[in-house]
Amino acid sequence: MTEKLESSSTRELIAFRIDGREFCVDIMQVRDIRGWTPATPLPHSPAYVRGVINLRGAVLPVIDMATRLGFKPTEPTVRHVIMVTQVENQIIGLLVDAVSDILTVTEAEIQPTPDVASELAKTFVRGVLAIDGRMISMIALDHVLPAHESLAA
Amino acid sequence: MDTMAAIKQTFFQECEEQLIELESGLLALDGGTSEPDTINAVFRAVHSIKGGAGAFGLEQLVRFAHTYETSLDLVRSGKIAASRSILKTMLTAADTLADLVRSAREDVKADDGEITRMVQQLESACGLGGAHEAPVAAAAAEPDLDFTPIQVSLDDLFGGAGDAKQSYRVRFEPKTGFYSRANEPLVLLREMARLGETQVTCDLAKLPTLAELDPEGAYLAWDVVLETDASESAIRDIFEFVEFDCDISVEKIEGESAFDDDAFARLLSLASSDTQAALPEPVEPVMQKIAAEVQSRNEEAAARKAESAKGFNTAGATIRVDLDRVERLIDLVGELVINQAMLSQRVAEARIARSSALAMGLDDLEQLSREIQDSVMAIRAQPVKPIFQRMSRVVREAADMTGKSVMLQCDGEATEVDKTVIERLTDPLTHMIRNAIDHGIEKPEARLAAGKPETGHIRLAAMHRSGRVVIEISDDGGGINRERVKSAAIAKGLIDPDAQMSDEDIDNLIFLPGFSTASTVADMSGRGVGMDVVKRSIQALGGRITISSTPGKGSAFVMSLPLTLAVLDGMIVSVAEETLIVPLTAIVETLKPSMSDIFHMGGDSRVIRIRDSFVPLIDIGHVLGYRQEMADPSNCVIVLIDLEGQARRALLVDAIQGQRQVVIKSLEANYRRVDGIAAATILGDGRVALILDVDAVVENADGKSNPPSPDPAPLQLEIVE
Repeated sequence: MTEKLESSSTRELIAFRIDGREFCVDIMQVRDIRGWTPATPLPHSPAYVRGVINLRGAVLPVIDMATRLGFKPTEPTVRHVIMVTQVENQIIGLLVDAVSDILTVTEAEIQPTPDVASELAKTFVRGVLAIDGRMISMIALDHVLPAHESLAA
Repeated sequence: MDTMAAIKQTFFQECEEQLIELESGLLALDGGTSEPDTINAVFRAVHSIKGGAGAFGLEQLVRFAHTYETSLDLVRSGKIAASRSILKTMLTAADTLADLVRSAREDVKADDGEITRMVQQLESACGLGGAHEAPVAAAAAEPDLDFTPIQVSLDDLFGGAGDAKQSYRVRFEPKTGFYSRANEPLVLLREMARLGETQVTCDLAKLPTLAELDPEGAYLAWDVVLETDASESAIRDIFEFVEFDCDISVEKIEGESAFDDDAFARLLSLASSDTQAALPEPVEPVMQKIAAEVQSRNEEAAARKAESAKGFNTAGATIRVDLDRVERLIDLVGELVINQAMLSQRVAEARIARSSALAMGLDDLEQLSREIQDSVMAIRAQPVKPIFQRMSRVVREAADMTGKSVMLQCDGEATEVDKTVIERLTDPLTHMIRNAIDHGIEKPEARLAAGKPETGHIRLAAMHRSGRVVIEISDDGGGINRERVKSAAIAKGLIDPDAQMSDEDIDNLIFLPGFSTASTVADMSGRGVGMDVVKRSIQALGGRITISSTPGKGSAFVMSLPLTLAVLDGMIVSVAEETLIVPLTAIVETLKPSMSDIFHMGGDSRVIRIRDSFVPLIDIGHVLGYRQEMADPSNCVIVLIDLEGQARRALLVDAIQGQRQVVIKSLEANYRRVDGIAAATILGDGRVALILDVDAVVENADGKSNPPSPDPAPLQLEIVE
């Protein structure tokens, strides 16, 4: 167990599980956590976009994080959860297996991503944490949505 | 936001209104109006902008507005005639003023050279400047320079006493408007006292008896004898911002000191005797009179209010509301409608009799929510007038640049459309008008040779037609040169050289991406965007654009747009277990097909015979990638839709669920544009349903434009004709 430093550089992270692995995102990015509801599929969209759901009157895209990170697609049940996150100006739902923990860590505890060849790891993993012998990957959400088409209009 | 910034913002909002007023006034004058009210309104608009700009220390704006105002004053006073060329200069000056307002708003410094050039243009047009006035900059900084010689001569008069004190008699008589605009005479009197020694006398001569007194009326006047070394115009400047609301006279008192004690005493006695004369009436009858008066005034006010509601005086009947608040309200009403629909669905599922009090109450609620929704939408509806007026500037600039003579005629400016639609119309309209001038209207000599009037004519019209707004841009130019369009399209590899094309097909080629007939990249319309972008932005608004052209006679572009981007009447259909909304405006009819009417055209292509015409059949579920196999038409329903132009397509859907108004929710807000889908909505069961973009789906199915997606979907299918 690492010693907790009383400094301004502590961060709170929300940890979640996908396919037996652990990941986390900054707690400030998470707006809401809700149970799975069937999504309306969007035509011509990548496989990791499950579709859209109604979030209090707004249309919210739901991303299957397992597919996005290159694991086998999630078969959602009522036990799965959607983490509602804010990425820049957009609100995005992330379909994950479960939310597991809230972590308070210092910047120093976040280790750089190990040098692996995986393109997906380079795109999404911003660092790793060693907590009680487990490895938790910190995810950057900027590239979760498919690249924006530049529509000249 | 701090108070100053808020006030400044209000000032800029008002500037916008004044600029519109200014331009419409000038255009009315150009159109031959000779009403003094029009030129007065024009003058007042510039004057108000100058006044506000002065208060915020916006120097460039003040400097230009001052010269502009001076020139307008000459026209107003009839010293120079409002000729065509003068009005043209005035209109260009209005554009410059608008640019300066914009620079000030964005807090950037405008180009001084540009201002000076326009100032000089105004001065030479109006015969200002020259010998009797100092150079521009100095005149603007010290507009009263021309009074200096008088002061010098006064020095001589006073026998070289060294101080140029002069006495003025100022009479200041506010009108009712002065007080209603929250002006305070005391402030102005103090302002005068700052210039020198004052002797102030209040003139009560017009003060009526208490019984006849209107509490909001203006009865007092002040006579001020001011001894000062300031110039006469410095005194007038004090009253600059109230000059329309009061009578001001400033006259110089020659010779002896003006402090005439006799006159003061006389005035004083006059005043007091008047006051006493008003007093003797007993109080009781006065009170009764007041009560009666108040009553009749209230009735009058009510009558006035009713009149202003009829549109005679709109200024008093409007309020300024933050757009965010209206949008919040629209969102909430959208939620209400969805909630109400959910409730109705639950009640229906619970098999409660339609005649029960509960079901009837729900019906009332439905009607009520729909009415609320309509009223809320109406708040955001705006006339197209401001955007049409902006186009007159586009026409002027484009005509100047191409050396063509063009007149713009606007019709139906009062047509109201949702503000969000209006905002997104500016760019397409600007582009189409530039195109019409650049490519449509011929050069003056070519027009004369063709037996047309020298001045080209562009008509911009708006009207409501069956729940949509139709905007038409037509010109009397040369029309589309079909030979040139076709050869250009062939040269660019956009069409097959042997393709058999109708005139209409050729005309529509100009909407293809990458198409441009201009042999040189013209300065204006060729800015890297073509008609394809215009078409795309109109489609993004849920609108359509069609073109008709007659060689030698001109072209017309007709846009049909939804009145609002907030709600839509749609048909709810199910396709491969998904629910979709088809916009009702596109639907011609629905029918149950019989297998004998369906013919295969090779490959996957099928057509259906509808009353002796063959219409291509499109399987929506297949095009959108919901199913791999083509559906069997015998279990399906056909929704016949109308496309741009005359084209029709038959959409194959599994079943029709019903028809209703849906609230449009953006997909782009949290995701991105999805090909074939216009937007989303939330249905009664709380689930999201997608609204079909009929034109895009048909284009995809036709294989004409299948834009490669950067992130291709595994379900996406290549559809080949």
